Amino acid sequence: IFYPALIKTHIFHRDTPANNPETPFEFTPEHMKRVDAIINNYPEGHKAAATIPVLDLAQRQHGWLPISAMNKVAEILGIAQMRVYEVATFYTMFLREPVGKYHVQICTTTPCMLCDSDSILEAIQNKLGIKVGETTADKLFTLTEVECLGACVNAPMVQINDNYYEDLKPSDIEQIIDELKADRVPPPGPRSGRFSCEPAGGLTSLTEPPPGPGFGVRPDL
Amino acid sequence: MLRTHSSSLAMSVSSSQGLTSIRASSNMVEVFVDGKPVMVESGTTVLQACEKVGVQIPRFCYHDRLSVAGNCRMCLVEIEKAPKPVAACAMPVMKGWNILTNSEKTRKAREGVMEFLLSNHPLDCPICDQGGECDLQDQSMMFGADRSRFTEGKRAVEDKNIGPLIKTIMTRCIHCTRCVRFASEVAGVEDLGTTGRGNSMQIGTYVEKMFMSELSGNVIDLCPVGALTSKPYAFTARPWETRKTESIDVLDAVGSNIVVSTRGGEVMRILPRLNEDVNEEWISDKTRFAYDGLKRQRLTQPMVKDASGQLVATTWEDVLTRVAGALQGVQGSEVGAVAGGMVDAEALVALKDLLNRLDSDTLCTEEIFPMAGAGTDLRSNYLLNSRITGIEECDFLLLVGTNPRYEAPLFNSRIRKSWLHNELQVAMVGHKVDLSYSYKHLGETTQVLQEIAAGTHPFCKVLVQAKKPVVVLGSSTLQREDGAAIFKAVSTIAQNSRVSSGVEDGWKVLNVLHRVASQVAALDLGYKPGVNAIQKNPPKVLFLLGADAGCITRADLPKDSFIIYQGHHGDVGAVMADVILPGAAYTEKNGTYVNTEGRAQQTRVAVTAPGMAREDWKVLRAISELAGVTLPYDTLAEVRRRLEEVSPNLVRYDDVEEANYFKQAHELSKAVNQSLLAAPLVPPQLTVKDFYMTDPISRASQTMAKCVKAVTEGAAAVDEPSVC
Repeated sequence: IFYPALIKTHIFHRDTPANNPETPFEFTPEHMKRVDAIINNYPEGHKAAATIPVLDLAQRQHGWLPISAMNKVAEILGIAQMRVYEVATFYTMFLREPVGKYHVQICTTTPCMLCDSDSILEAIQNKLGIKVGETTADKLFTLTEVECLGACVNAPMVQINDNYYEDLKPSDIEQIIDELKADRVPPPGPRSGRFSCEPAGGLTSLTEPPPGPGFGVRPDL
Repeated sequence: MLRTHSSSLAMSVSSSQGLTSIRASSNMVEVFVDGKPVMVESGTTVLQACEKVGVQIPRFCYHDRLSVAGNCRMCLVEIEKAPKPVAACAMPVMKGWNILTNSEKTRKAREGVMEFLLSNHPLDCPICDQGGECDLQDQSMMFGADRSRFTEGKRAVEDKNIGPLIKTIMTRCIHCTRCVRFASEVAGVEDLGTTGRGNSMQIGTYVEKMFMSELSGNVIDLCPVGALTSKPYAFTARPWETRKTESIDVLDAVGSNIVVSTRGGEVMRILPRLNEDVNEEWISDKTRFAYDGLKRQRLTQPMVKDASGQLVATTWEDVLTRVAGALQGVQGSEVGAVAGGMVDAEALVALKDLLNRLDSDTLCTEEIFPMAGAGTDLRSNYLLNSRITGIEECDFLLLVGTNPRYEAPLFNSRIRKSWLHNELQVAMVGHKVDLSYSYKHLGETTQVLQEIAAGTHPFCKVLVQAKKPVVVLGSSTLQREDGAAIFKAVSTIAQNSRVSSGVEDGWKVLNVLHRVASQVAALDLGYKPGVNAIQKNPPKVLFLLGADAGCITRADLPKDSFIIYQGHHGDVGAVMADVILPGAAYTEKNGTYVNTEGRAQQTRVAVTAPGMAREDWKVLRAISELAGVTLPYDTLAEVRRRLEEVSPNLVRYDDVEEANYFKQAHELSKAVNQSLLAAPLVPPQLTVKDFYMTDPISRASQTMAKCVKAVTEGAAAVDEPSVC
């Protein structure tokens, strides 16, 4: 496999005590309502179309996808288990190994790399004491390197669970980790003071109010 | 969704071959293949249009019995004036297209695809079993480039253990997905799939699972490369050094057409032969892998029980004289015979003629068939009248007391094909089993059967709506004491549904599914079904012709009775015999076998029988001469003329004689006065572990034993040599 290792992308499942068909997994009643709503989106006989959203919901509920969760999804949707395995192994966002409470995903592709994502990565590794792909001993943090997250203007950045933390300096990320350790989720977004992705040195375009109607029109019209 | 998606594709795929009566909208379209005009039905693919003209387009993932995948891209051909080459297997033709199958662009496309396929393919040809019959080898020689520019490293994939029958070396896999489609469409077990993507895609079961299907061996034929090969056959022979003999399988009653590959007088492997009417292109695992039982437990020498009760080897003269002597001393009901499940019609007729000349007609088969009512006098009573292909035309199927999945796997695969593509509705009265397709389970008691026959069961409402109903009765239910009553009930159901459906006269509703290969031929020749006659009048001399079910034992016979056993394996029958005559197995004789449809087919000699064993009818002819009642035939042709004399359909090979008189048979069965027992209808083969060892040959097979072990204890429990 050529690309750098994400969380173990093995394409074969081996039963372990923590991950086997008997691992308990059931959708909670509210989540079951969501599952029904999702299934309702698709026509009769095409329940299999709901595989991706229902798997995502299962992952959100459990944190990751044990084999029993995939089997449960197969049962709910009335499709063969293999079809669910095929979908779950195709997408890298479906995590088939346990992750910590906070999944720290650092982008290390070109734009972020040019803005020194390496120092952020080093800072995280030193702070948490783990390497890429590993989880901390207290099962709180898992560190992975991921592909471009689409926040190139605010490079370097990390994604923690569903939040982007952008415009980072090594001190920023250490602060974020401290707050997470104290069980407070810091507000997402850029850490450099800007609101989102506007130019850092002030606006370079759209600096004046828009011209009103009649701008650039011949005087006699 | 598999049903709806593939049904439209399957319709277009099979309609041009005229396989079934699928109603295709035949607007003929004219296309040109390399300038040659050809008229095809609209909806046929470019690949099929080219095949019609005789041009074979190379492909890996396309298979005419599976749904179209279009992922190998080897079938790319140029269409004149089109910007890009098209995948011939998936593109339906348009009017006026000129398909250029050998143009510059087409050739470049093929070379490119072949280069990609070979880039990750290991250099295993010398150690790969598929060498010599490998699609990749053949197509790269014909269509690939003659030089490589590959300097990178290749990927490797770990092997999966999917059972003791299929050897997987997944590094060789080219991801054509034929096995995945076969497993989910034809076999009905959706265990194989494509996990991962891109370079790290793997075909497998993802979890550690065995590919547990009775048709699993067919993926070995399907796989175009050496990724899936036969484990028992591994490293034993190359295809060019084997001799191929066309023959018939006799391990079940379907009569699948096979090719026996032999080398040096030994059976190396068994492959399927194409027969659209019987087995299409598939054979069951028992048929494919039980051949190693042909080399074990064989009776190779004539044997005689000496004074101490031990069987000792002796000469043919000795045994023939003894047997003839015993036969000379008896008349009428003092001599009887029991025929087993794998006996050819020639031996059956020779034995009958022999015993008839001794004034005896006590010739029985081990399998029972109720003689009350019409019994075996009307052929339509004991045949699969609708034929295996009839299942594709029917719209409603009722199974009674049978598990066709393990009793006749190829019949079951035809039912599944119809269920998948033609929306066949299936209902079953009998023990609930996994048939690889969904069906309505009506219950397993005879009560249910009675109610359906009387018209009081709620399901009768569905039954009357069927336009082309078919009822299949398993022969295992007829072995019960109330077999006649069951037959009467089923006959009533069949007759009622025929009347209510308004189907035309030529359509047959009632069918019987047999489980042994020689039953229909024996009944055609006039054997009495079931050993009742022998049990009532125990004979002094009993002739067991391949009879290994143990229906008659020494305990049933008078104290000083003389048992003669003629067969090919030392199984139950040989142990109780006084004299053993070694016969030939199905790969060693020219025999006529009639399958459950009534189709006569012949096996051919692939290897000679081991040791002193001889063909069965020849042994009986020799006995008859020494006993003074010489049979009037000396050659195979003469025996077959005698067969024709008795029942002409026995020598009309590969043809099915229509049987009729259903109404009359039904009238006769109405007179049967037997009541149904309360016992539920449970077929003897319920799960896959009951499938593998059912007759002397498969019981002697080590491969079958490994299968049973793997199924009961898991694939890891089977001892495999480490080189595999």
